Amino acid sequence: MKFLLLLHNNPAVLNALTDDQRTAIMNGHGDFIKTIQESGELIVTQALADPANSAVVRVRDGVPAVTDGPYLEAKEFLGGYYLVECADRDRALELAAMIPDAAVDGLGVEVRPVMFSSGMEM
Amino acid sequence: MTARTEDLLRELAPRVLGALARRYGEFDACEDAVQEALIAASQQWPAAGVPDNPRAWLSTVATRRLVDHVRGEVARRRREATAAALAGAPVVPGVASEQVPEADDTLTLLFMCCHPSLTPASQVALTLRALGGLPTAQVAAAFLVPEATMAPRISRAKQRIKQAGATFDLPPKSEWHGRLQVVRHVLYLIFNEGYTASSGADLQRPDLVAEAIRLTRSLHRILPDDGEVAGLLALMLLTDARRPARTGSDGMLVPLAEQDRTRWSADAAAEGMELITRTMAACPPGPYQVQAAIAAVHMEAAGAAETDWPQIAALYRILEGMSPNPMVTLNRAVAVAMTDGPRAGLDLLDTLGADERMARHHRLPAVRAHLLEMAGDTAAAREAYRLAAKRTASLPEQRYLTERARRLT
Repeated sequence: MKFLLLLHNNPAVLNALTDDQRTAIMNGHGDFIKTIQESGELIVTQALADPANSAVVRVRDGVPAVTDGPYLEAKEFLGGYYLVECADRDRALELAAMIPDAAVDGLGVEVRPVMFSSGMEM
Repeated sequence: MTARTEDLLRELAPRVLGALARRYGEFDACEDAVQEALIAASQQWPAAGVPDNPRAWLSTVATRRLVDHVRGEVARRRREATAAALAGAPVVPGVASEQVPEADDTLTLLFMCCHPSLTPASQVALTLRALGGLPTAQVAAAFLVPEATMAPRISRAKQRIKQAGATFDLPPKSEWHGRLQVVRHVLYLIFNEGYTASSGADLQRPDLVAEAIRLTRSLHRILPDDGEVAGLLALMLLTDARRPARTGSDGMLVPLAEQDRTRWSADAAAEGMELITRTMAACPPGPYQVQAAIAAVHMEAAGAAETDWPQIAALYRILEGMSPNPMVTLNRAVAVAMTDGPRAGLDLLDTLGADERMARHHRLPAVRAHLLEMAGDTAAAREAYRLAAKRTASLPEQRYLTERARRLT
């Protein structure tokens, strides 16, 4: 089963971290990546640029309109993700708990199943 | 590469690997060597033509790769003794390797790849590579993950087998019962992965259904008296016979009750029916045989209304007794609803509400919705279809369930 592990960031929380804490988080991601690469569970991971760099595109009557900034106005934003394939939901939750962000006060890792295109006749 | 060459390589892969592993041990290294030989063959044969003795060709190339590999290892680990033994070894299969029947090699390989120390996903991947001769890239494609995700899984699986101390020998007969259960389960997983994916967007995936049937067929040839292997093969054939009718022209899933039965494959159906009838008369019963028998009852009916539902309900009850499982109870509820009316089926479903395994599962509200619809409780049925649609992670199932809910408004 494939799961997306979503890393929601909160700038207020991140800014309050000390340099040591920040380094520990960076290293923690490195270790996590190595672990799930070796176990054959990592499909892809990306860190996303600050939403200040985002643009939102809307097409109305065939005419695209572009506005700078994020789609959602919120304190939190999506900072990055891991796409993994693992045995079941329990294992996905276990993986999420290994991500350093999960242990930071004020942050949490969201685990969402990815849909697939196979199915059973009912 | 032509389909014939591909079939030939698949047929030969386990034989070459079996002979190599039996002669030299080191399943891990032998499996890699055979993979490399298969790749070399797929690159060279289309241009140069298939050699006169393709099996000897593959054995020779694989043995050379193995010798290269062991020499490299030896240089690092200074294991001269092994190197000396290997360096003098003939590179074509000799008399000794022919003394053990090939059937034993295939069986040993199956037991090895379905080693109980592995996770089901690893067992499936390794079986497809070692017995199906599928390169890692194709195994990865079968499960829609990148090769970089699949490759470490396969090498870890082989390491784990090594650590578990498995040697390339048939396990003692006393262990066969348990080990065969795992093998059958792995073959069934391969079949299901292929069967459920046989719609729409994933057509480029290798045909896992054909591969599962081919492997189960060869196991059945080796163990013709094993009723559950025969039952599994019959179940696969009878289920696969419905494949042409299970998706509509728009790619939508068609439920069993609404399938155009003239599109069912008559050949697969006839073979499956003959096999399950013969097996159940001769062998002690088991869960795969019962499931095949259920598929056979569906196969015999001209339509949903003409189906022998009391028979199906009775078979599901037997299956529940053999392997208690909420999914079996769920299926029995449908048969009970067809026999004793939807309320009786719904009562049976209520006993599953507390089962933790079903708590997040979409099949429970999906079946409930279906039975509520039968009972004429449109509003409740619509809600249950919507809940099921929300819970499933399958796109075609979600489409189907949403469509059913929409029809009721």
